[in-house]
Amino acid sequence: MKIHEYQAKAILAKYDVPVPRGEVAFTVDEAEAAAKRIGGSVVVKAQIHAGGRGKGGGVKVAKDATEAAEIARKILGMTLITHQTGPEGRVVKRLLIEETLPIERELYLGIVLDRAQGKPVFMASAAGGMEIEEVAAKTPELILKEPIEPGYGLAAYQGRNLAFGMGIPAASVNAAVSAMTALATAYTACDASLAEINPFILTKDGKVYALDAKITIDDNALYRHKDLLELRDLDEEDPLEVEASRFSLNYIKLDGNIACMVNGAGLAMATMDIVKYAGGSPANFLDVGGGANAEQIKNAFRILLSDAGVQAVLINIFGGILRCDVLATGVVNAARELNIKVPIVVRMEGTNVEKGQEILRTSGFNFTVADGMKDAAEKVVRAAKGAAA
Amino acid sequence: MSVLVDQNTRVIFQGFTGREASFHAQASLDYGTQVVGGVTPGKGGQTHLGLPVFNTVAEAVKQTSANASVIFVPPPYAADAILEAAEAGLPLVVCITEGIPAADMVRVAAFLHGRNTRLIGPNCPGIISPGKCKIGIMPAHIHRQGHVGVVSRSGTLTYEAVGQLTKLGIGQSTCIGIGGDPIIGTTFVDAMQLFDADPDTHAIVMIGEIGGNAEETAAAYIAQHVKKPVVGFIAGQTAPPGRRMGHAGAIISGGSGKAEDKMKAMTQAGITVCATPAEIGEKVKSRL
Repeated sequence: MKIHEYQAKAILAKYDVPVPRGEVAFTVDEAEAAAKRIGGSVVVKAQIHAGGRGKGGGVKVAKDATEAAEIARKILGMTLITHQTGPEGRVVKRLLIEETLPIERELYLGIVLDRAQGKPVFMASAAGGMEIEEVAAKTPELILKEPIEPGYGLAAYQGRNLAFGMGIPAASVNAAVSAMTALATAYTACDASLAEINPFILTKDGKVYALDAKITIDDNALYRHKDLLELRDLDEEDPLEVEASRFSLNYIKLDGNIACMVNGAGLAMATMDIVKYAGGSPANFLDVGGGANAEQIKNAFRILLSDAGVQAVLINIFGGILRCDVLATGVVNAARELNIKVPIVVRMEGTNVEKGQEILRTSGFNFTVADGMKDAAEKVVRAAKGAAA
Repeated sequence: MSVLVDQNTRVIFQGFTGREASFHAQASLDYGTQVVGGVTPGKGGQTHLGLPVFNTVAEAVKQTSANASVIFVPPPYAADAILEAAEAGLPLVVCITEGIPAADMVRVAAFLHGRNTRLIGPNCPGIISPGKCKIGIMPAHIHRQGHVGVVSRSGTLTYEAVGQLTKLGIGQSTCIGIGGDPIIGTTFVDAMQLFDADPDTHAIVMIGEIGGNAEETAAAYIAQHVKKPVVGFIAGQTAPPGRRMGHAGAIISGGSGKAEDKMKAMTQAGITVCATPAEIGEKVKSRL
């Protein structure tokens, strides 16, 4: 689960990572009031779940509260387009108003899970302010790493290795190490899958601050963080994906015209791939899961078809636990209740496949039954082209 | 022959009396697998599916001489179940559970380090040596005994590949689902070592997906050490970056974990890489 910068900073502050003084604002008035309380010049930062906000025009400095209000008026409600939002962009509904600080140097701190080592790794780089992926690709030697041992957190000596390695002056090393160990504590305490401070700044008076912050929470661990669950911002998610999540359906909206309903994540991805290979364009990723029942299939259908761009549906089920007859019954019921107009191609394999095909054949609906994934992909691509013509 | 499990494997089920575990324990028994009992804390002394139930894994191992366990415990308790199985000295632990917090798996990985327990999974369909032993949730009837080893991060996509092989009359020595989570016990490289050392495995199918770089690591290993033909497929060629595609581990992040990079590394390692999942069976046939 992604959270906003201001929420991430509140978490960091709780664990004693120094952050600039700031307040969240939902309206122009709130922004102006916040700027007055902070005093002097402030930064007005659009809060959306995507990076590249500065380049997209979502981050501006104001010399006083009046100018902050003017900027807030422009940014609030604007559609911010960055390289991470896609061409449709995101509407800005929240702002972070923050004090400005005298920046001496911009550094990078981050923690991610190292899959191969089976533990989190702390990364630090003197090349802050840039995208870390770019640094990793062009100058990997500028990224320093220390593993975080389970139960120990980031040890102070590891923090010193990183701080001295980045060339932080001796007078500021202790402050930097404290911030780093605090970041590691925060990462563990809130079951994060990613925590990033970019830039982590050194000020002209030798202090350190998290100038930006990004925290992603491990979805699998949310059950034990009821407080963090409240930070979820549904405005940042696709409405169909939110709807799907209510039914424990794994749905991701894409921009094609062929809806896919599949059981299992790997097969669902592979189905999208083969649709593309056959010359079509998948409208979504949808994993109905191994234990889906007829009701679940109906919900899945409803969500798939709420996407106005869908011109054909491909159902690809390898029935193991999910039996083909159960699937077929669900498909027929859904077609009846939802009054489905678009062509549907069904490919079933596995347990009770003959029974399932019989149910589809005698249903009175015009389902196209496919034999194998290649046949299914080719048939659904043809069907979508026919529907479009 | 086969790898890791055969007719002599004695399995206990952790979370034995639950609905899912009961269903799959019965399916394993029907397949002829030696299921020797199970564990459900608080239900020790009872009988379930005609088999003894124990309160602890240690007790179950002592009484049944089990040498493998399979875990059907809900996510909040699954990591603990793995630790208990390892502490009881079981050489093989298969964890089916999906949704275990990554931090729990970090602790599990540290705990297993240096111990003689092999973990398969979590978030996996399990392992089957056709005709000998089935531990997991895969549909048994699509398999056929033979000489192709299958290793995969996905469940149903593995069934797809196995189904194609069986239709072509090509049997499998062992099929291992290594799981779709970021931190897993048995890796592609581990599976390659096992299959390469098994004289009864003549070819290997490797099914990967986006996220991480385990496929690249495996490709480097295969180029150096594996002489048997390997056929591969990577799911997620059309997956958008930054989105988790169902599996916790299936995400392209920060430009790494892309399907095209994995396919390139695998091709360079001499692996026959399939462009679509529909041709896995045929490609294996061409390499046998």
